[in-house]
Amino acid sequence: MKHVITALVMNEPGVLAHVAGMFSARGFNIDSLVVGRTEDPNLSRMTIVVIADERTLDQVRKQLAKIVAVVKVRDFKDLPFVSRDLMLVKLSATPRTRSEVIELADLFRGRIVDVSHNTILVEVSGEEGKLDAFVELVRPYGIRELARTGVIAMARGAESVRSAGGEEPRPATGKAVSAAPRQPTQAELEATPPG
Amino acid sequence: MSTKPPPTGAVGIAPAAGSPSSSTPQPADKKKEAATVPISVADEQTRAGHLPVLGYRTGRTDRYIGLTGAQILLQMLHEHGVTDAFGYPGGAILPTFDQLYENKLNFILVRHEQGAGHMADGYARATGKPGIVIVTSGPGATNTITPLATACMDSIPIIVFSGQVRTYVIGNDAFQEADVTGISRPVTKRNYLVKNVKDLPRVINEAFIIATTGRPGPVLVDLPVDVSTARVEEIIDDTPNLPGYRIYKGGNSRMVKAAAEMINAAQRPVLYVGGGVIISRAWPEVRQLAEKGNIPATTTLLGLGAFDENSPLSLHMLGMHGSAYANYAVQESDCLIALGARFDDRVTGNLKLFAPKAKIIHLDIDPSSISKNVRVDVPVVGDARLCLQDMLAHIEYQPRREWFDRINQWKSRYPFTWKDDSPLPKPQAIIEAINKLTRGRAIFTTGVGQHQMWAAQFIRWSIPRSMITSGGLGTMGYGLPAAIGAQVGRPGELVIDIDGDGSLLMTVMELATMHQYNLPVKVAILNNRFQGMVRQWQKLFYGGRFSHTEMINPDFAALAASFGIRGVRCDKKEDVPRIVEEMVQYPGPCVVDFICETDENVYPMVASGKGLHEMEMGVVGETPPNSGREMGSLA
Ligand SMILES: Cc1ncc(C[n+]2csc(CCOP(=O)(O)OP(=O)(O)O)c2C)c(N)n1
Ligand SMILES: [Mg+2]
Repeated sequence: MKHVITALVMNEPGVLAHVAGMFSARGFNIDSLVVGRTEDPNLSRMTIVVIADERTLDQVRKQLAKIVAVVKVRDFKDLPFVSRDLMLVKLSATPRTRSEVIELADLFRGRIVDVSHNTILVEVSGEEGKLDAFVELVRPYGIRELARTGVIAMARGAESVRSAGGEEPRPATGKAVSAAPRQPTQAELEATPPG
Repeated sequence: MSTKPPPTGAVGIAPAAGSPSSSTPQPADKKKEAATVPISVADEQTRAGHLPVLGYRTGRTDRYIGLTGAQILLQMLHEHGVTDAFGYPGGAILPTFDQLYENKLNFILVRHEQGAGHMADGYARATGKPGIVIVTSGPGATNTITPLATACMDSIPIIVFSGQVRTYVIGNDAFQEADVTGISRPVTKRNYLVKNVKDLPRVINEAFIIATTGRPGPVLVDLPVDVSTARVEEIIDDTPNLPGYRIYKGGNSRMVKAAAEMINAAQRPVLYVGGGVIISRAWPEVRQLAEKGNIPATTTLLGLGAFDENSPLSLHMLGMHGSAYANYAVQESDCLIALGARFDDRVTGNLKLFAPKAKIIHLDIDPSSISKNVRVDVPVVGDARLCLQDMLAHIEYQPRREWFDRINQWKSRYPFTWKDDSPLPKPQAIIEAINKLTRGRAIFTTGVGQHQMWAAQFIRWSIPRSMITSGGLGTMGYGLPAAIGAQVGRPGELVIDIDGDGSLLMTVMELATMHQYNLPVKVAILNNRFQGMVRQWQKLFYGGRFSHTEMINPDFAALAASFGIRGVRCDKKEDVPRIVEEMVQYPGPCVVDFICETDENVYPMVASGKGLHEMEMGVVGETPPNSGREMGSLA
């Protein structure tokens, strides 16, 4: 399951490496990670899409919050939110097919930002799924090059990442004891060195 | 952030989870609840530039004007209460070493930077104060990575100041340049590369806060040569800027109450006491909890000493080589109360089979520890001491007669034991002799291996900070430097390193340090001429194919003598008590090479993939407990 998490981080060298390193060291699965400036020059904002079940998401959030340079963490699990991805895609388009491509781009509220003799460069933004759909539709024309920013997200209404509280864990529901996020296999357990 | 005005209302208190925003005033009756949520340094420090966490004044000041980076470092170490430090010089840290030339700081010159790191760590564990390390760039700094990882795993406050090449050549593969902040990031709680001397005072203040508060941990400060020689020329602000750093104090009062109620209702509760109890100095509260509620207590390897093992309520250590009675009790428990412990795999065995009948209460200062490995029914996030003080008021005495009957049966049936059936002394015999003589009243350090587990099993732990051992990382070579650090921190006390022949040889050069500063550490080598613990696994799981675990050792007594230290060899059973006594009585540093039996395993043992109750028992429970031995106190 994909989850979107956003984090305000101190704008200093090494934070991105720290966050990325933490994800790989703990075996969390990043789908996309976007960093950019905010209204406050001291803070950057990361938007991270992770593939995780709820327990892993809980760990991801806590492990992020534990990094000293991470100021606030918020996931959008129980919040209405807006998410956007921006794409530039360069398609093959001969004078014959050009108008078809323009029509498709229009349907997706895309913009034509460059045209050459046999290519056309389209800019589209929107939710990830919309962009995926566009890619599938234009694939037959021939995709020369494609770049996407990855997802950025923001809660609807007055909620903001700054108003996110501290990490107060809630009691788990269900069975008293259960498996870790990923149970090691028997072979892995046996491979555990003696210490 | 440092410039933020103090919040109105409850000063320094972050908004409760889910409350709209920090600027919204809280209704009066909500204030009490809010007092249980984490306290942010960012909020606390703004009060008149005072840092309650350290009792240290900060703010915009001219007091650094005219000082170089190196001078600032030493002055601030002094102001933060540092009296001792460990390290090794080199080009990139020379300005700082020059300042050490006539300084009141007690500086210990080591023989390998790894030694400095473990000494600082042993010092921190023995005293509760942060351990300080000063080393050079490149290889000096990379040599501290193992100690940083060791300290990180066990939540130990050490601060490493490493030299770095000049700021303007960083990134050019300069001589002795290494990306030390990059390399150390995953094994530090926080690290810094200081690029401007104006930032140094703030960074040092932050380093001390981060290392010593919350869940403590190592911090590294990388200090380029030109920063340590540059002078501050203007008024600067040394207020820590830690907007994202939270220190959890008292726990959520509803959760504390829920935990107490769950404990009161339990028929078969067990306290599972970890190293966090020692860090937060909560041992008196743990004892009160056990006695007031009539609850048996088991400790982890790092928790040894946090609960008096001579108490009838003690179950001793649990886990892979823990006592059978502790492991059985956990598996049968209906309420497991984890205090400053993190459900490490060496403690839980197979997680799927762990404590299957228990509701779990987890008190920890690190929210990310909660529900990481096991699902927790009642989480309490906060400082163990403060939370337990709250909890105690709600705890009621319960007789739990049936539960104690069962526990006492296990205890009398399966005490830790060993068989005296070899010509050479068994390693356990030596530890028992040390225990008998000291009654556990000494500071012990260990290497990693069988000797470490036997020390955990056969010394009756009763004093906090008396067991100093690398738990989470299992770092061979830890014992000797940690003992030196502990001795520096607590000069008047008896410090004994119970070490393995393999482990000791990893850091043996620190005998020179021990000699140079005449530190009266006693080193007891359980010399089985093998990497015994690996041998045990090869014997049990690899058909006795002892691949590269046998070692031809030096003559340790002669080796010690060559360092100028008294060295003794002991290879006869009947000599063990006498030589142990001589070792303990000897006023100076002393190394004893106890030649002992090789073919011996640590039992009980929970093999990989097994539940805690599925122990290999070896000789445990085979024979009734030996009459004459120390273990009589357990029954
Ligand atoms: C630095 C390091 N390397 C390897 C290991 C793996 N290891 C764990 S115990 C052990 C053997 C320890 O031998 P020794 O110090 O003689 O102790 P013994 O088990 O014989 O008491 C080894 C190699 C380790 N824990 N640390
Ligand atoms: Mg050995």
